[in-house]
Amino acid sequence: MHARLRSTSLLVAALLGAALVAASCGSDDAGNDRSEVVVSAATSLKSGLTSYGERFSDGEAQFSFAGSDELAAQIRAGAKPDVFAAANTELPDALFEEGLVERPQVFASNRLVLAVPAEGAKVGSLDDVAKEGVTIVIGSQSVPIGAYTRKVLGRLDGATRAGILANVRSNEPDVGGISAKLTQGAADAGFLYRTDVVATNGRLKAIELPARLQPDVAYGVAIVKGAEHRAEAQAFVAGLLDGSGADALTSAGFRPPPTK
Amino acid sequence: MTRGRWFAPALVVALAVALTFLTLPVVAIFVRTSPGNLVAALDDPGVLDALWLSLRTTLTALAIIVVVGTPAAYLLATRMFRGHALVVTLVELPLVLPPAVAGVGLLVAVGPGGIIGAKIADAGVRLALETAGVVVALTFVAAPFFIRGAQAAFAAVERSWLEASRTLGASEVRTFLRVAVPAAAPGMLAGLALAWGRAVGEFGATLIFAGSFRGRTQTAPLAIYERLGTDLDAALALSAVLVAVSGALLLTAKLLGARGVVRAAR
Repeated sequence: MHARLRSTSLLVAALLGAALVAASCGSDDAGNDRSEVVVSAATSLKSGLTSYGERFSDGEAQFSFAGSDELAAQIRAGAKPDVFAAANTELPDALFEEGLVERPQVFASNRLVLAVPAEGAKVGSLDDVAKEGVTIVIGSQSVPIGAYTRKVLGRLDGATRAGILANVRSNEPDVGGISAKLTQGAADAGFLYRTDVVATNGRLKAIELPARLQPDVAYGVAIVKGAEHRAEAQAFVAGLLDGSGADALTSAGFRPPPTK
Repeated sequence: MTRGRWFAPALVVALAVALTFLTLPVVAIFVRTSPGNLVAALDDPGVLDALWLSLRTTLTALAIIVVVGTPAAYLLATRMFRGHALVVTLVELPLVLPPAVAGVGLLVAVGPGGIIGAKIADAGVRLALETAGVVVALTFVAAPFFIRGAQAAFAAVERSWLEASRTLGASEVRTFLRVAVPAAAPGMLAGLALAWGRAVGEFGATLIFAGSFRGRTQTAPLAIYERLGTDLDAALALSAVLVAVSGALLLTAKLLGARGVVRAAR
């Protein structure tokens, strides 16, 4: 009886110990010489930032990718990543005004395209999207891709815009959702960033939009106030503006920030 | 006995920790929403659309689940056959599947590019990104809750009642409808309440398979997610409604379960 109790408590202790070790692995186990930087970034930055993260030498880059609006909402609710990188400049600017992040900087730009499946596409032009029976997916109003898409639609003539809006089947929370619906053939077309199409490795193809419809897509980055790894965050942002981060973004198809 | 003296307080502490942790998020939702806010947010037509869609799609899914699930559960409860345990396990599998897996699975099974998706499309039925797709996703995740409950309820029905019914000349169909189903009803309803709760809360599979479009595929949980970034009040109000609905369903399941039939299934 005693022996049984003893072995049970040993087992419980071992499990607790294992849980503690597992819990601490994430943070402290990296040791003193290997620090980290926690980056909340727009889903559209995934391809570029992931390869930057592999090259980044000042610490281990941990990414959390989601719609920029969701990430901003997390920061407003008190989340403290070290860096916030958004697919627009409005959200970082708003968080700066609210005193939640340091002064934001613009680090890249992008272009909006009409994305269609690479094979068997039903849509060959913007006009096709307004035709009856075509289905499209766009970003929801609150996420930057959705806001840009609405800007594009706002520049079209009323009939085409109405036709396109009538064909919308889903307002997705981020570009990942739009990409997935298109690669699975669940929809015929969608508005994405050019880099999102590049990131599908040929499964989607891009139809360029006329210059007069093209919105200014600029990416803003800011260090979160009270960041736990401020030095690493500064190095990360510096490399993004001019260095291996900027190079990685260029390779992924991003453009340099718009010149003012 | 000094050795055991710490044990009872330790149990109390553990329960207090568990109770606090498990109820805090629910309490926080109501603390952060004033009743005025709740009413104002429910005035938002988008919120009402989401609740109405949730009601319609969950009820449709439940109807499908009852019609197909009841005879299936009856078979599992009254007949033994080779592979019985395997079939039961397969039917229960969606209970433990991550909703994202369910969504991806449905997409590659019955989506436009799926293994039987082309046949479905040829028949003129679109599921992905349509209301029908929401119903499919809800049915998939919720059905096992009902089938499990119904199977246990049928298994607990006195065999002698069924045999007496047959001896008195009733057909098996009649026995099933007039004896087995009424006797198993409380357990079936308890399972149904749990299935409804799961369907109301479904998020991941719906988003992946059916997308999110107001009035068409944006159920209440998807509307909460969409509003989180821009309109926390509306997100909280919808959350409060879902807490009330889910709580009521759980309570219903408990009360029906307590009525006895489920007890015998232990």
